[in-house]
Amino acid sequence: MSVLKEAFDAGKFAVTAEMAPPKGADFSEQLEVAQLLKGKVHGINVTDMQSACLKASSIGLCAALKAQGLNPIIQMTGRDRSRMAIMGDMLSAYALGIDTMLALTGDHTTVGDCKESKPVFDLDSVGILNMLSQMEETGLDCGGNEITGTVPKFYKGACVTPVYEPQIMQIAKLKKKVDAGAEYIQTQGIFDVESFKRFMDAVDKANINVHIMAGIIPLKAAGMAKFMNANVPGIDVPDWMIERLAAAAAEGKEKDIKGLPAKAGIEMAAEMISQIKEEGLCDGVHIMAIGAEKNVPIILEKAGIEI
Amino acid sequence: MIFTEKKPIDELLSMIGDKRKVVLVGCGSCATSCKTGGEEEIAELTAILGEHGIEVLGSVIPDESCQKMLVKKEIKALRDLGAECVISMACGNGAQTVAQNTDLPVYPANNTMYLAQVERIGIFNEMCRMCGNCEIGHTAGICPITKCAKSLVNGPCGGQKNGKCEVNPENDCAWILIYNKMKEQGREDEFINQLNPDKGYAKYSYPRSDNLKKKAEEVAE
Repeated sequence: MSVLKEAFDAGKFAVTAEMAPPKGADFSEQLEVAQLLKGKVHGINVTDMQSACLKASSIGLCAALKAQGLNPIIQMTGRDRSRMAIMGDMLSAYALGIDTMLALTGDHTTVGDCKESKPVFDLDSVGILNMLSQMEETGLDCGGNEITGTVPKFYKGACVTPVYEPQIMQIAKLKKKVDAGAEYIQTQGIFDVESFKRFMDAVDKANINVHIMAGIIPLKAAGMAKFMNANVPGIDVPDWMIERLAAAAAEGKEKDIKGLPAKAGIEMAAEMISQIKEEGLCDGVHIMAIGAEKNVPIILEKAGIEI
Repeated sequence: MIFTEKKPIDELLSMIGDKRKVVLVGCGSCATSCKTGGEEEIAELTAILGEHGIEVLGSVIPDESCQKMLVKKEIKALRDLGAECVISMACGNGAQTVAQNTDLPVYPANNTMYLAQVERIGIFNEMCRMCGNCEIGHTAGICPITKCAKSLVNGPCGGQKNGKCEVNPENDCAWILIYNKMKEQGREDEFINQLNPDKGYAKYSYPRSDNLKKKAEEVAE
């Protein structure tokens, strides 16, 4: 049974960490970092070529993590796969012991690093969830044919972007995802707790009943924050955070100490997680450390989170 | 109409290879409108080919290069001129129709881009991808299959910024357009509550052919 589901069912504050497979065939670095996360998170969420940049597939690293006794969550996008390919991969994933998934539409190939690749988008996030839910209910595949043996039942999740204008469109789509079978939702990285609260109010008003995990991106530098503000839709890092990162950089330069901005980023992430938990704003957090997954245990320790 | 654009001349010359005598077939319809296969463009290509030592022995512009019987008739005028190949200045549909009517090699001068709306002279927009299953009844007359870069049927992705698409910031987010239009029409609740069935692509399989006479006979039976 899904460890993430168990955590929610037991009323725990759930924690997952994101991890990207390498652009290559050697998982040793990822597996080494994953060991640091053992016992610290309820799942390791393995990306499916995020930002449409080519990486080893999610299912491969998930299987490798599973073999090491970790709890992988498979991300599945519709960008590179038809409905047949998605269902086939999900059957294989289940056979490999992967029981938790995250359905995403996927970034478009034109924003990635393999621009000649043909975008598929046979199903969007809602379509992927619907297809898997229908399989669970009927025991039939995407063509209406019977599946032999055990019919997989995944603990299914999806994403939402809280900073979005008009917000009603994200709420409407969130409702569709939940109706289609999503039982947990992770958000795009949030940086402003007040605007997150407004989003959670809107979710409540729409009578959407689902476990929500706030997306946490530990910032590494002021430049990174500015870049994300300018280029990543749904990301809105407030000025005071950028100033704190810049001040840390200035201090580091003065005292000749390296890594102060990243340290400030870790502190701010920990402060936010601890505020979210203390105020009971949502049911958990999803940490997207973007290559710095080794910092996740430090962030959790600073936030006082034990699973 | 079908929007076409000219291939780079080097690509065309490379296809022609060492042949030195050619004939040109334009198109009086779409390719004339988008300035890739009308009288002017035939004169222009004739001059360019001449500079490369390639002689244009003759040309025709059928009213529509995709009308098989019409092309068959018009192309006869070029048959006995001694050309080594034919250059089609129509869409891929027209070029193939020409190819079905000659034993000579046919080379396309154009790339075929999309089914286009003519906004006004010289301004074209892609509106329909001919998916075989029209969606616009529940999307306020705006096609999400064409106007959304991901052909999403259940609302927007998280990638729009200020109403513009992340794939091409010059394009409007189709789902923002759909929402705004439905709101204008008093259909906001319909937008929020609609659950669209997954888009099926069985009717998208190609190549497709239709015989209206046969269809009418089947209906009559």
